[in-house]
Amino acid sequence: MGDTKYPVWVIAEQILGEIPPVSLEITGQARILAERLGVEVEAILLGNGIEDQVDLLFSAGADVVHLGSAPEFTNYQCEIFTESIVARARDRNPQIILIGSTFMGRELAPLIAAKLGTGLTAHCIDLVLDDNGVLEQQIPAYGGLMSIVCPEKRPQIATVARGVFPMPNLDEDRSGSVLPVEPPQGIKIRVQTLEVVHTEPEGVPLETAPIVVAGGAGAGSLEGWLEIQELADTLKAAFGSTRPAVDEGWTDLETMIGQSGKMVNPDLYIGVGLSGEQQHMVGITGAKVMIAINNDPKAPVFEQVDYGIVEDCRIFIPALVERIMKLKSHAGRTAHVV
Amino acid sequence: MLSIVVCVKAVPEPKAAEDLKIDPVTKAIPRHDIPLEINPLDRNALEAALHFKEQAGASITVISMGPPPAGDIVKECLALGSDEGILLSDPAFAGADALATAYTLAKAIEKLGEVDLVLCGRASSDGATEWVGPELSVFLDFPVVTMVREFIQFNGSSWQVKADIENGYRLVQVELPAIFTVTQDLNSPRTLSFSGIIQSRKKEITTWGLKDLALPANTVGLAGSPTIVSKLEYVESKRECEIIEGSLDEKLDQMIGKLVEAGAV
Repeated sequence: MGDTKYPVWVIAEQILGEIPPVSLEITGQARILAERLGVEVEAILLGNGIEDQVDLLFSAGADVVHLGSAPEFTNYQCEIFTESIVARARDRNPQIILIGSTFMGRELAPLIAAKLGTGLTAHCIDLVLDDNGVLEQQIPAYGGLMSIVCPEKRPQIATVARGVFPMPNLDEDRSGSVLPVEPPQGIKIRVQTLEVVHTEPEGVPLETAPIVVAGGAGAGSLEGWLEIQELADTLKAAFGSTRPAVDEGWTDLETMIGQSGKMVNPDLYIGVGLSGEQQHMVGITGAKVMIAINNDPKAPVFEQVDYGIVEDCRIFIPALVERIMKLKSHAGRTAHVV
Repeated sequence: MLSIVVCVKAVPEPKAAEDLKIDPVTKAIPRHDIPLEINPLDRNALEAALHFKEQAGASITVISMGPPPAGDIVKECLALGSDEGILLSDPAFAGADALATAYTLAKAIEKLGEVDLVLCGRASSDGATEWVGPELSVFLDFPVVTMVREFIQFNGSSWQVKADIENGYRLVQVELPAIFTVTQDLNSPRTLSFSGIIQSRKKEITTWGLKDLALPANTVGLAGSPTIVSKLEYVESKRECEIIEGSLDEKLDQMIGKLVEAGAV
């Protein structure tokens, strides 16, 4: 089936010297695809002093790691990284390249694809091989599932968000070969990262939270938005958002749930003032119980959750927060008396 | 004076986009005239260009690729303060993926002559890819910075910007000419003013097709696109929704009940 010569590639990443979960998740998926195709998995990892991370890529499923470990690779540098990866890709001719939908991946993927003159599918929610070994890159669209293929050009390139594929079982007995990547010489540097500033993330992390409260454009205003945030705080829940809310500027991209944002698997999901846009809803399919609050009884969200409440969230949410606070203070008093 | 190109995309209005769904019975996507609007993040890109124009003087050309109705959003950009508006429209351009779109836009930008700055929104609200800006940078051989949230230093030929990364930002120095894709945090886009509409009445938009760009037909549109849609399947919802009825108080009671059941309170 398909092409039995050329490898499946993963662009691995290191953030502050550590490989993020998404790189291992896509290595696991690359392993599944490669075994069906009868080819090897190769990862490329660029950083500085990151030799100790290589075994992790082997244990997640890589057979070969192209390792660039040099001061030039310490931080993501657009031109240096693009040049190194494209040169090695031209050398190895991967048939598939998987890239995590991280900030680096989202910039690198289109640069690599355009330089190689090939296709690129954004933020896939599944990747399967058809009978001819062609990669079906699935994304949500029009309320259904759309498969995108790149029938002629190679490599076939896709980005994938964290949490789309499970973390593979890490087999510490697996090993492979390391091929060094040297920093490119003599390229024109026109864009340079001078400084990278990491801040401590605020609030409960979305990816692992047992309760998620997500808000959408139905909040109506920043004031309405803060009410939804207060509900999240009251429930000690992680706070999520939809793309329209991000576009409004009420919150940042880090809180966005869905195809191009984060995948969440809470026990309880509460969607407030959001229409149920498919690109958002695919990020929550793993939730146990889902509740939606929206003033439009025809909102598509009501077809995709377990419980629906038709109310204006700007009235319902403050009233709900008040009830919860009362309940909590009551419980506190009772406990005190006992 | 800076010569700025802003790339804008006509996208379906969010409410209209909700209706664009596969019919569960016929499996077809309903076809009707969809009201279009400027892709929200492209407004931030245009606002940045208008800001540079007001600060230091600049000429702003807005370019959009799309069917003839997309001309309306190019006109709207003129009313917002752009100097020129170009619509890339030709039946041959239809069905373009990100790569073919970026290629066509690049050829149009080359036709404009010297350009210092190309601004795009971070992503489009309909396709939800973020590829056109960076791919354009490859075809134009310009450096690119994606997800720019702040222009720190924007004089001369070497600029500094802050761009988003996971839980933080990077400070990036770039030599012009360059491409930036911008986020919603960059600014608050202005809305249409009456005087803007009046002033732009006399302005005409320019439409360029395949011949104007002197491109072979197999490099644009569907023919020039490496990716194609192979399947579109209807997906059944796995959940059955119980609508909680009653007065506001009763709904609140029930909601509290669900929260208790789930162990949330």
